Order: sequence, then structure tokens, then C-alpha cells
Amino acid sequence: MSSVAAQEGRRTSVAPAQAPVSSDRRRLSRKHREWLAAGLFLAPDVLGLLVFVAVPMVLSIGLSFFQVSGFGSYEWIGLGNYRRMMDDPLFWDSMKITGEYVVILVPVLFCVSLGLGLLVKQKLPGVGVYRTALFLPYVISLVVVGVLWKFLLDEQTGVVNRAMRAAGFDGESWLGSPSLALGCVIAVMVWVMMGYYMIIFLAGLQEIPKEFYEAAKLDGAGPWTTFRTITWPLLRPTSFFVLLMSTVAAITGGLDLIFVLTNGGPANGTSLAIFYIYQQAFGFGEYGYASAMGSFLVLIMVAVSAVIFKFTRGGRFDDGE
Amino acid sequence: MASDAMAAQATPPAGRRRPTSRTGLTALAVVLSLISVFPVLWMVTSSFKTRATVTDGNLIPRDFTFDNFVYVFTEVPFARYLWNSFFISAVITVAALFFHSMAAYALARLRFPGREKLFGAIFATLLVTAPVVLIPLFLVARQLGLLDSYAGLIIPAIFNAFGIFLLRQFYLQLPKELEEAAIVDGCGHWRVYWNIVLPMSRPILSALAIFFFLANWNAFVWPLVATNDQSLTVVQLGIASFQTQYGSNWNYILAAATVAALPMLVLFFVFQRQIVESIKTSGLK
Repeated sequence: MSSVAAQEGRRTSVAPAQAPVSSDRRRLSRKHREWLAAGLFLAPDVLGLLVFVAVPMVLSIGLSFFQVSGFGSYEWIGLGNYRRMMDDPLFWDSMKITGEYVVILVPVLFCVSLGLGLLVKQKLPGVGVYRTALFLPYVISLVVVGVLWKFLLDEQTGVVNRAMRAAGFDGESWLGSPSLALGCVIAVMVWVMMGYYMIIFLAGLQEIPKEFYEAAKLDGAGPWTTFRTITWPLLRPTSFFVLLMSTVAAITGGLDLIFVLTNGGPANGTSLAIFYIYQQAFGFGEYGYASAMGSFLVLIMVAVSAVIFKFTRGGRFDDGE
Repeated sequence: MASDAMAAQATPPAGRRRPTSRTGLTALAVVLSLISVFPVLWMVTSSFKTRATVTDGNLIPRDFTFDNFVYVFTEVPFARYLWNSFFISAVITVAALFFHSMAAYALARLRFPGREKLFGAIFATLLVTAPVVLIPLFLVARQLGLLDSYAGLIIPAIFNAFGIFLLRQFYLQLPKELEEAAIVDGCGHWRVYWNIVLPMSRPILSALAIFFFLANWNAFVWPLVATNDQSLTVVQLGIASFQTQYGSNWNYILAAATVAALPMLVLFFVFQRQIVESIKTSGLK
């Protein structure tokens, strides 16, 4: 296929010089050849995305109107799954927990990452080492992260409680109380992700022209004024990106960590919506019901993204930049 | 230099404050870096401790031992898990780079009707995150007979608009002259792609390769759903089930976790620059 295409290409591009008369027809065929090439180049990915992303997405919505029992028997029940969802206290508990999780995680992660980005942008001695160190947790899988923190947070033998006792406090049952466990999941997530968003903020910060800072310095602006009038407005596209990405990831991600670190417990205290949906689908075979809840979650996600988009004006500059 | 001197004159307090604030910031950076690295360090050193001392609260093991690693590789088919993860991640990475670069080249360079719309549609799939389509994906894979097979672990993981998007951005920035010259010389689109575009995109391809490999090595949820067969267990699944099986045998669990994390840590230290660059481009454009 490749050599044919190459030869065909050669023939067309050489031909006009030899026979300018019929160039009109040839241009058309070259155009069509380009269409054909584009089709072949795009075919594998377009097909793959269709089968493994687009179709499942549509299927997910369709599935939510069915009762799926056992292996492969589908029964249309209309809005039955959605009605069941409305009356399922466990689902609404999981939505509430997801809400708390997102509302705490996203701002904390945003501020920590921005702070780190500002910090490692400075010309400090050994700044490369700090960047490496702060990014390091990101390359470790959430499964290993979960195992590791379970070890560190162990009530009796964990290092965290040992340190607290050494400092004169009582140790806490970190993963033993619902609210503390959710706090731990959030803290661990910040620890994992801060380096990633730090790098994105760093890239955004490095895009801001130095002249602005030099001008601010000449005007005698302090660090806070400089940040407020230069850094923050010019960082808007990056901030938007980070906010959107981290929110979407928070609403639908973290499944691996929950599995290993808390398994949804204690007392469902860390049972995020995505975890509850997973349990219903793969624990109880309730594919239809789980799809209804999944579709609802996507709806929430889209709505929240739209709010973020509106709130940040899509990350565009609007102060005459 | 002159303006620096002026600035220093104009704002003497800032000038005086600078050395101390720099020291303070450096100290802060050191402390935060230690907090960041410390848990990982603790995991690695604890994996060299014995069952009796693994929870003794010391960073440095007093009775250094390799037995945990020996145990992990002899009592559990951990080598098999590692191989599975390596094989799957490598195949996904190579296939994804190949397909994505082809698609991205077409989207960036070839002219055909509906190109922008198609790109918009591909871009929109970025919003469909994996956990959300897990259930229908599972049913599709079951229908296609992909469950419990390498194909089932590999094929669905290849297709991701993220790579297409990044590569397209990269190709849009490449100078066109070389490709145009090749076309004038009679090269077909395939030859232009294979002989010119691919070699020129080596930096971004290597960055993406590391990124894809890392993401797939660390993948857990899809393998959990798509496989039952022991011989297909990937390393992350292995760790998770190892943990439930061995409960408080932290020395074994941490040794297994260290073995699973080590390749990624090595990859990270060797290719740090590429990883950071690929993240930077993903955030900006």
C-alpha cells in the first residue's frame, strides 16, 4: 500500500510539467488522492475511538433504560433505573461524599500546585532537585500509593501516629473514622497530583514575559501587587485548564486509590459516587442501574464544567490583554 | 545592569529583603521536597526490613535483608505480573504512537472536507473519561470476545484523543518546507509521513512514549474488570490482591510495591526532561 501511494504521488507531481494541458483533471485527482490518504491515515484511530469511546458513551445512556440481569438478558424498564436512583439513599450519600471530596480537593490542589509552581520558578539554589522531588509521587501508581499510605497511616504501627505520639499527641485512627478517612484520601491525592499541576503552572508562569515583572519592579510593586496585577491575570488560561482538569478528574477518578486505601469504608465514608457505581455494576451485576447513575454523574460533570467555563470565561484574557 | 541598579536604589527595602527571603524560600522548598519524597523513601527502605522490624518506625533498616524480594518472586508469580505489564504497556505504546501520529499528521497537514469537524469530534472524546464508560466498554469487550485476553487488555487502551491532540499541535508548528519539497520531488503522503514527519517528531514521540508507558504500567481499573485469568494478571492487580492476601505482612507487601514502582522511578529519573516537556505542552496549547 505504501509504495503504491508513493508511486502515485510521484506520478502526479511530475506529470503537470510534462502535460500542462490536462492539469485541471489532474489537480482534481491529486485532491482526491489526498482525501484517500487522509482517510487511510485516520482510519485506525477513528475506528478505535468510535468502538471504544463513542459507542460505549452512547451505549451507557441507552443501557440506563434497561434492566440487565445476569449475562446478556435486557429488559426495557424506561425510567425505572432513574426512579430507583432517586430513592436510593446510598447513592445520594455517595453523591454527597463526592461533593465534599471535590469541593475540598480541587481548591486545595489548585492552591498547593500554584504555590509550588511559584516557588520552583524562583532561581533558588538546587531548584531542579526540588522540582524532581515534588513531581516524584506522580509517577507511582495509585495502587502502590494506596498500599504505601495504608502502611504509613496504620493506627498502631504507622509512622504518622508514631510521629504524633513522639510529639506528645494521641495517635488518630486515620482510616477508621469516616470523615478522617475522606480527609486522608484527599491529602494523599494532593500529595500525588501536586507535582503534575505544579509543572503545568510552571509552564504557564514561564510564558509570562519578563518585561512585565521588570516594569513592576521599576514601579516599586511588592510581591503581592505583582502577583495580583500581573501573574494572576496572565495565568488565566493555565488556571482554567488546571481547574477543569482537576475537577473532571476528581468527579470521575480516584477509583484505584479508594479500592486499595479504604475500599469505600469505613461505614461508606469514602464511597465516592464512582466507587458506588462500580460496586453496583461489577459487584452486583446491576449494569443498567449503574449506567443510569453513571449517566447522571456525567450530566453533573458537564454542568460543573460549564459553570467553570463561564466563571473563568474559558480561560480567555479579558482585561485588554 | 543599569536598570537593576536603579531598581535597587528605587526600592531599597526590597533589595535588602531579598537575601533573607531567598534563604527562607530555599528552606521551604527543601522541607516540601522532603515531605514529597519521604513516603516513597520509607517504602523502599522498609522493603529491606524483616517481618519483625518492618513496623519499628526507623527509616534505616537495622537488619538489612533481601528475603522479602526473594519471597515475592518465588512464592508469587511476580515475574509473570511484571512481564504482563511490560508487554501490554509496550505494545499499547508502540501502537498508540503509530496510529496517533498518522491521524495527527492527516489532521494537521492533509486537506480534506470536514477536517475541522472531525478534529472537533475527536477532541470531544477527551471529555469522556475512562471510568465513566467502564460498564459499556466492558459489555462491548465481552461482545467482541476480548475479555480475558491480551488483546482485551491492549486494544481498548490504545485509543485516546490526548495523544492525537498533542501530536497535531506539534505538527502544526513544524515548518512545511521540507514536506512540500518532498511532494514536489514526487513523494506520496505515506513516504512524506514515514521518511520526513516521523523522524522530525522524534522528541515528542519519545516524550509521549514515556507518558503512555507510565500510564499503562500504572493502570489498574481496566485490567481488574477485563481479566480473571491468573496468567494475565498485571503488576498493579498483583499488588492489590497481594495486599488483601497478606494483610499485615508489610515487609512482603512493601517489597512487592517497591518492585512495581521501581521501573517507573528509574524511567522518571532517566527521562525526566521528556516527561516534564510533554506535560508542559499538554497544559499550554
